[in-house]
Amino acid sequence: MKEKLQKIKEEAIRQIQEAADLSKLNDVRVAILGKKGELTAVLKGMKDVSPEERPLVGQMVNETRENIERILEETKAKLEAAELDARLRREVIDVTLPAKKNKVGHRHPNTIALEEVERIFTGMGYEVVEGPEIEYDYYNFEALNIPANHPAKDEQDTFYINDKIVLRTQTSPVQVREMEKGKLPIRMIAPGRVFRSDEVDATHSPSFHQIEGLVIDKNITFADLKGTLAEFARQLFGQDTKVKFRPHHFPFTEPSAEMDVTCFKCGGKGCRFCKGEGWIEILGCGMVHPRVLRMSGIDPEEYSGFAFGIGLERIALLKYEIDDMRLLYENDQRFLNQF
Amino acid sequence: MNTSLKWIKELVPGLACTPQEYMDAMTLSGSKVEGYENMDEDLDKIVIGQVKRIEPHPDADKLVICQVDIGTETTQIVTGATNVTEGCKVPVVLDGGRVAGGHDGSRTAGGIKIKKGKLRGVESNGMMCSIEELGSTRDMFPLAPEDGLYILPEDAPVGADAVAYLGLDDTVVEYEITSNRVDCFSVLGIAREAAATFGKEFVPPVVTATGNSEDVNDYVKVTVQDPDLCSRYTARVVKNIKIAPSPEWMQRRLRAQGIRPINNLVDITNYVMEEYGQPMHAYDLDTIEGHEIIVRRAQKGETFVTLDGQERTLDDSMLMICDGKKAVGLAGIMGGENSMITDSVKTMLFEAACFDGTNIRLSSKKVGLRTDASSKFEKGLDPNNAIEAMNRACQLIEELGAGEVVGGVVDVYPKVKEGRRIPFEPEKYNRLLGTSIEPADMLSYFAKLELGYDEASNEILVPSWRQDLECDADLAEEVARFFGYDKIPTTLPSGEATAGKLTFKLRIEGVARDIAEFCGFSQGMTYSFESPKVYDKLLLPADSPLRRAVVISNPLGEDFSIMRTISLNGMLTSLATNFNRRNKNVRLYELGNIYLPKQLPVTELPEERMQFTLGMYGEGDFYTMKGVIEEFLYKVGMKCKPEYAPKSEKPFLHPGRQANVIYDGTVIGYLGEVHPTVAANYDIKERVYVAVLDMPEIVSRASFDHKYEGIAKFPAAARDISMIVPKSVLAGDIEKVFDAKGGKLLEKYELFDVYEGAQIKPGYKSLAYSLSFRAKDRNLEEADITGAMDKIIKALEAMGAELRK
Repeated sequence: MKEKLQKIKEEAIRQIQEAADLSKLNDVRVAILGKKGELTAVLKGMKDVSPEERPLVGQMVNETRENIERILEETKAKLEAAELDARLRREVIDVTLPAKKNKVGHRHPNTIALEEVERIFTGMGYEVVEGPEIEYDYYNFEALNIPANHPAKDEQDTFYINDKIVLRTQTSPVQVREMEKGKLPIRMIAPGRVFRSDEVDATHSPSFHQIEGLVIDKNITFADLKGTLAEFARQLFGQDTKVKFRPHHFPFTEPSAEMDVTCFKCGGKGCRFCKGEGWIEILGCGMVHPRVLRMSGIDPEEYSGFAFGIGLERIALLKYEIDDMRLLYENDQRFLNQF
Repeated sequence: MNTSLKWIKELVPGLACTPQEYMDAMTLSGSKVEGYENMDEDLDKIVIGQVKRIEPHPDADKLVICQVDIGTETTQIVTGATNVTEGCKVPVVLDGGRVAGGHDGSRTAGGIKIKKGKLRGVESNGMMCSIEELGSTRDMFPLAPEDGLYILPEDAPVGADAVAYLGLDDTVVEYEITSNRVDCFSVLGIAREAAATFGKEFVPPVVTATGNSEDVNDYVKVTVQDPDLCSRYTARVVKNIKIAPSPEWMQRRLRAQGIRPINNLVDITNYVMEEYGQPMHAYDLDTIEGHEIIVRRAQKGETFVTLDGQERTLDDSMLMICDGKKAVGLAGIMGGENSMITDSVKTMLFEAACFDGTNIRLSSKKVGLRTDASSKFEKGLDPNNAIEAMNRACQLIEELGAGEVVGGVVDVYPKVKEGRRIPFEPEKYNRLLGTSIEPADMLSYFAKLELGYDEASNEILVPSWRQDLECDADLAEEVARFFGYDKIPTTLPSGEATAGKLTFKLRIEGVARDIAEFCGFSQGMTYSFESPKVYDKLLLPADSPLRRAVVISNPLGEDFSIMRTISLNGMLTSLATNFNRRNKNVRLYELGNIYLPKQLPVTELPEERMQFTLGMYGEGDFYTMKGVIEEFLYKVGMKCKPEYAPKSEKPFLHPGRQANVIYDGTVIGYLGEVHPTVAANYDIKERVYVAVLDMPEIVSRASFDHKYEGIAKFPAAARDISMIVPKSVLAGDIEKVFDAKGGKLLEKYELFDVYEGAQIKPGYKSLAYSLSFRAKDRNLEEADITGAMDKIIKALEAMGAELRK
């Protein structure tokens, strides 16, 4: 019996070693260990073995079985590894073939710039609000300290619907509408479309966008204005950006300023982009004029605030180096696809 | 506003700075310098020479050989100029020097270097110059010949620097003066700012008493009938006028200011206008009938010939200067042809007045005539400046020997303008600025600007030329300007924290953008105004309410004359641009307002409704658009099933491929294929699909509240149902049956086949749905499903469906 088992084992090892692949190996397993397998036949023949010998023979059979199974497993693992290896080698692809693009649409550069600005100011606790694009003359001018026949009304080349209603020339009327609500303090930005009667060319458009900003609270100072806008500039144009405030005049702020930032192409050394000046004008700002506060029902003795106005297209053109404003309104897919 | 830097430096003698330093400092103190130009940037080694002898060139007919005295020596120069004569004095550029450009007026960046050399074999050691070669023009030097050397006056010192002699050693500074600083539209105003900026002394001209022993009142009488439009009228008389060129120093200044010298009278007027910012006008007194000036409003329809020879029609809002019989000037804008100064003038009436700025601006607009004078007056001048300018002009008349000034001034000034007094409240300025500047420092800034301080009343005395200073904030700005904006600290607002956020509407719009872009649509932006012709292009009937638009009263032409009432034109125009440029498979979206008037004519603000507009051509069809809409609605929490009503009556859409989108019983938008005629109107030769969602309807129904509903634990049972139905039966109708009859157990259904064609009888189509049933709490029994299916089938058969088994 022992010899028989030894023979089965040797024969099994031989067959296992000869098995070239997993399916052949499985055939071997069935031939030996399967229901009709040789070793199974030996087990079935146990009934013919004398009861005294049974334990011994049983043990021998089991040992043989375990041996064969172990070798089967080892061989299987080897064959599997070889097969996986072959598959991986077979499946090499040319990774430089073109990508399969998901046809995702693209956001308008104005919106990308706007979202950037919104992100910065909402992070500083500002609410984003809106106001009407067709606006009363009162809100667009008078309540902003630009009375009837003020030259600033000419300067802004206003589109009129009639003598009381205009296409807003600035987002500043939203300031007034917010202040009139009487809820203080205010920290808001108001992006939106504005209109001025400029003929269309590479740097002008009769319709463009501004972002108005307004903060009203107790003890708001010009220093706060400077600090806030410097932080804004750093976030928008990079941490190394420096700002410069120049005195200016707007009817609705006093003191007023224009803010320049160091050219983000040359870092302030002067280049073609900034026309050699090293600085780029970005926005107008100032402390809200006491008369404007009073007209909106806010006591300038108790409250103060600052306001600023940013040209969105200007930011977009500068940031993305777009050289012609008309591109923003043509909606050529080849242009939009770049954003 | 431009000024000569030399002129400024003469008024601020201590000012020693380069043009760049001047530009930077002035800009930071509030007088923004746009740029500057050194007139001698490209001029080098140019002296005054005198031609001593001229000989013909042996080998060239058109050249001559000149011996030129250049002070240190006599040198030989060959020239082709035809106006060279023995004894004439000319600018000479020496060997190694530079000129600004060619004699044709062309400029060369960096200038043209001149070297000695041979001209047709004859040595030439330099070049005699035309005015153009010196970088100027005949306009500025009226005596310069059209083509030839610039001949200098006989008394020009030989050997001296010709550039300085001609006043070209100056820098022209260009400022952007803000409209509130009327005083800075003058050389004196700028000089005062410069003195304050650099902390130097301001030395204005000393105006001395002028006039003979006669009395001007014997020459002219002035009546101002409309003092509301003319707050001050001053007049003086000059007799025995001798018209001549003005002296070189005055011509040089005017040139640097960009003003062409003409003659002493005109030049004095212009000089004073530059210096004081006060326009003046001169009348030939002999044309003034009755020797009387009356300032009054014009009569409606009155006509008047201005000195440019144009006849102007006036109205009763315009102010006229008249004599005893007739109008002689359009106040503050232009004098009349009938009273203008000619070369034969003997006695002149000088006017320096102060007219109402707004009135001048409006009149100038109405007449269509904007002059140097009107552009100054319209800013609103200081009446106190008028008399100073007048006396300065008369001083110059005497100094230049241009005439004999009659004693006395006619001065009609009924309401004298006093300077303002503002309480001095330094702590307020510091509080507004966030600074702690010493009050004494503030007062020192003010003093530099000639703002006085009355210690007794603790008030700041504002001179009348600073009309812009009215309140604390204005004074705070003056403090800030001279303390330095750059020295003010930078802080962040303290106080109560506020929550940064977007409005709900803006958040919904953000989702719209995201979804559109996920679906391959790129964002476009189009104008809010368009042409009324758009309505015809979109086939809107004559009585369409969409034709009722807000109209712009002063549009940039008809194409931009109405505010859009429908968003499609911008979209179709953009798609057409893409189509025309052969871009394939274009998908665009826009979020923009339409403007619906509440009444016409407009008396209150129109309704602005945000529209989410999608448009595409190329890959995709009606159902692609539908997919975008449903994706969007789901994402903004509108999870009920929208309905699609095919008869949306949109004339611009294909009649068989359009639908209103109905949500919860309300039309929230529409979609469809653009009518082929409309597509043709936009020159798009492909099928175009559009969808428009009315965002206010979306915003009022949207929500970001979501609840998790759990994942089903029990298996679903699927049943397919296949039928043929008349073509008129819509899939939507069949789905309504599923919704109505499927009961709670019907979890979902899905169309998996639609077919029309040969195998189906004419007039019918085949539809196949897969229905999925599920109970949340148990395994379904066959009977559960059969019950629901029976009801569904019965209802389908009732509407003419034939079930295919």
